[in-house]
Amino acid sequence: MARERKVPVAETAESMAQKQREISVSEFFLKNRHLLGFDSPRKALLTAVKEAVDNSLDACEEAGILPEIGVDITQLAEDRFKVSVTDNGPGIVKAQIPRIFAKLLYGSKFHRLRMSRGQQGIGISAAGMYGQLTTGASTRILSKVKGSKMAHHMEVQIDTRANKPAILTEEETDWLPVFLPVNEEGKPGRPIEYKHGTGVEIVMEAAYVRGKLSVDEYIKQCAIVNPHLQLHYRLALKGKAEGGKGKGEGAEAESTSAASAVTYARAVNRLPEPPTEIKPHPHGVELGLLMQMLKGTAARTLRSALTTDFSRVGDRSALEICERAGLNPKANPTRIAHQESEALYKAIQETKLMRPPTDCLSPIGEAQILAGLKKEIAADFYTAVTREPEVYRGNPFQVEVGLAYAKPGENQELGAEEPVRVLRFANRVPLLYQGGACGMTEAVTDVNWKTYGLAQPKGGLPVGPMVILLHMASVWVPFTSESKEAIAHYPEILKEFTYALQECGRQLSVYLSRRRRQAEVERKRSYIEMYIPHLALGLKEILEFDERKEKQVIQKLGKMLEKTHLDV
Amino acid sequence: MAKSASQGGGMDVVSKKAASARIVRVAETVYEDIAKKNRKPSMKFPVRSLANVKYDIKRGHFEILNRVATRTLSYNTVKTFAQSMRLLATTKNDLLDKDDIAGKREIYYNSKSWGECRFNEQPESDTLLDDMEAMLEINREQLGYIPEEHGGEVCGPLVVVDRDPATGKDIRIDCTKLGTGAWSIPSRVEHLRFQSKAKFVLVIETASLFQRLVHHRYYEKGSCILISMSGVPTRACRRFIRRLADDQKLPVLAFTDGDPYGYCNIYRTLKVGSGQAAHINRFFCVPQAHYLGVTPWDIKDFKLEDATHPLEEADIKRAKDALKNDPFIRHHKEWQQALEHMLALGVRVEQQAFAKHGLNFVLEEYLPRKLKKAHFLP
Repeated sequence: MARERKVPVAETAESMAQKQREISVSEFFLKNRHLLGFDSPRKALLTAVKEAVDNSLDACEEAGILPEIGVDITQLAEDRFKVSVTDNGPGIVKAQIPRIFAKLLYGSKFHRLRMSRGQQGIGISAAGMYGQLTTGASTRILSKVKGSKMAHHMEVQIDTRANKPAILTEEETDWLPVFLPVNEEGKPGRPIEYKHGTGVEIVMEAAYVRGKLSVDEYIKQCAIVNPHLQLHYRLALKGKAEGGKGKGEGAEAESTSAASAVTYARAVNRLPEPPTEIKPHPHGVELGLLMQMLKGTAARTLRSALTTDFSRVGDRSALEICERAGLNPKANPTRIAHQESEALYKAIQETKLMRPPTDCLSPIGEAQILAGLKKEIAADFYTAVTREPEVYRGNPFQVEVGLAYAKPGENQELGAEEPVRVLRFANRVPLLYQGGACGMTEAVTDVNWKTYGLAQPKGGLPVGPMVILLHMASVWVPFTSESKEAIAHYPEILKEFTYALQECGRQLSVYLSRRRRQAEVERKRSYIEMYIPHLALGLKEILEFDERKEKQVIQKLGKMLEKTHLDV
Repeated sequence: MAKSASQGGGMDVVSKKAASARIVRVAETVYEDIAKKNRKPSMKFPVRSLANVKYDIKRGHFEILNRVATRTLSYNTVKTFAQSMRLLATTKNDLLDKDDIAGKREIYYNSKSWGECRFNEQPESDTLLDDMEAMLEINREQLGYIPEEHGGEVCGPLVVVDRDPATGKDIRIDCTKLGTGAWSIPSRVEHLRFQSKAKFVLVIETASLFQRLVHHRYYEKGSCILISMSGVPTRACRRFIRRLADDQKLPVLAFTDGDPYGYCNIYRTLKVGSGQAAHINRFFCVPQAHYLGVTPWDIKDFKLEDATHPLEEADIKRAKDALKNDPFIRHHKEWQQALEHMLALGVRVEQQAFAKHGLNFVLEEYLPRKLKKAHFLP
């Protein structure tokens, strides 16, 4: 910025006022897109897929539908991709489509305490906004509601100044969600059609990479942790040769050279228990939120506001809080909000309350974790632990850990001499980035794995052909940032993970020592079997007996030694 | 010093047939255990170590006690057991029954055809050979195993009567007419006969000192038979000295380096045998031997203080170990005094140290003075 030193004209309050104006959230996030996970082209691709898949899964589960999702990624040009995600969800009514896909902070999940993948209603609109910003393209949505004859086709953009959707196309069409399964040999199966569902298509600047931070990995982990999900993933990359002459989509599609497709089959035909919604627990409510809740309450008195709007506050607790805060239980809650909320907040913190109900959580469950791991990770030993629900700062949460140990050398992806792979999940969403900053990773490194028979460099991950799955289910997952990549280091949470990991570790050590014993027996057996024939041969040469006797000696000796030395 | 007429006649002679039959008997016992008695076979060996010998004063050597080790077939012994059995088979079929001979190293290489049962290093097969001779109570020479080590060299007023292996005719070897060389002791000495006018036998540790004495024809001046051992004397060397001394009724004097190894290993083994070969010491020892030097007191007597080397860790350990565990040392106060004196001095002295006073001091001064004084260690 070039500064002009010569104009020391002082700003007046009036001139400054002219420059002051509201900043729309859309504008804010446009300038701070890293906060939402769009900081690099390759991460943008992953984030877009992730937000769309999360939404689809949430929608299907809420509607009680076994989810079937198609993810198609097509490379249009060197740095331009089309991301298309289709589901068999309940569909979206026409009026809501623009707001869901082209307005930030719009959604059903922010205002309630209920366990779900999405929380704030930013993700999918942000993906659309990112596409719009980098390519100018609109977000294209197709949605068919169950029972309706036609589907809606819409193309929307976001007015970043006003944080309002702008509708570019709007029409009725006879679209149906269709999924193209691929069997294990890579051959296409019969297309699967549904009568309802939603498809979203975003064209964006992006880059595709393979490996641990890739879309591939994200989808695979999704399949592990959602064994009730069936997902069809198709990836079409452009060849290195520039297909510059291609005009229109058809020509570009033809110039793609590398296309691959895979279906992650459903392993469990039962939807997870639907989580129930709960009211906030007073201990988890911060002062600002407390004020807001008091302002917006339908209750007439402070006492009834406390008992009806919060969980675990009965008449007696409400009176106790009021007394401690020195407030009249019959006071008007709106007035309290303005003037005495601080005293109330303090009193709440000091009052002993029952812990929040924990039946609002829907963990994956030990059986489902095992099913998911067995489905996607070839290993020799699997174990899983789901802990009882716990509470941090008034928020119920539940922790789960799964473990898959492959025989060294049997799973190419799991090196025996490499650190174990840690798969992190929050409300069933895979977390790929920021592993080092995540409380779950810390919980793994803090456990002493040597006790359980694994090597572990000081302060590091254990070493071995193993995958550790960690899942945190909560009505409010404490992420370290809005891009939702790592969970915060709350001691209550870490402690639960530690216990779960230790329990899995104990199972692992039982398995490992049994395997070591077996290997030892095997080694001894082959050692014995190596030398017994020589003993028999020596005897045969001295005593000059026949082969029948020689065989008898070998057999008898084998039995004798087996009895005393290979006692399994 | 009296010419001792210690007893100890010819060795137990076992015919090859009888030896072969003993092997068959061992194998039969093993086979019966397995096939008939349905139990794990075992083999018994006399324990071969210093802990299982006593110093038999009357006979003048280490006599084996009756401690027996049993090797029962198990996971840990299966390999050794198999190797022993194959070694027994080879000994019987290839050596005894075919009237052949083999060196220890040859038998080690022979095992390379046994596949995974082969010996990886020669010490493994050597140990099993020792086990075998102890178990069969037949020394390995009679089983057809010939030692590869140098047997020792002889020079001086002695005629050895040997046999021509082809014709069986006598061959007379005059050990004064060997030019600048010496006569090598063969691996088997039982058939040799002797004629000698010497007054005693002088057994020397190092080859270089032996060469010096031979070069200056010390055997004439001292009227003695010179024998070089080159370290711990081999069985053949011990047996040769024993037979010579018995036959010609000659005293034997030993001249080694003045260090714990020279005392406790070389001289002790020469005189009374070793723990390792406890089962056959009665043939391979020279009870009439006495120790001439170099004693720890010689250091002062011959002003060798500045021609010594400090005792090394291993020397000290060896001396202390002998004082504690060696039945021979524990029997003889003088040897205990010698070792304790050496430990107190903290030095050792070599045979060659006398060169300090001139190269030929050892034969012109040391030996004559020691022989005149005639005070030897037992």
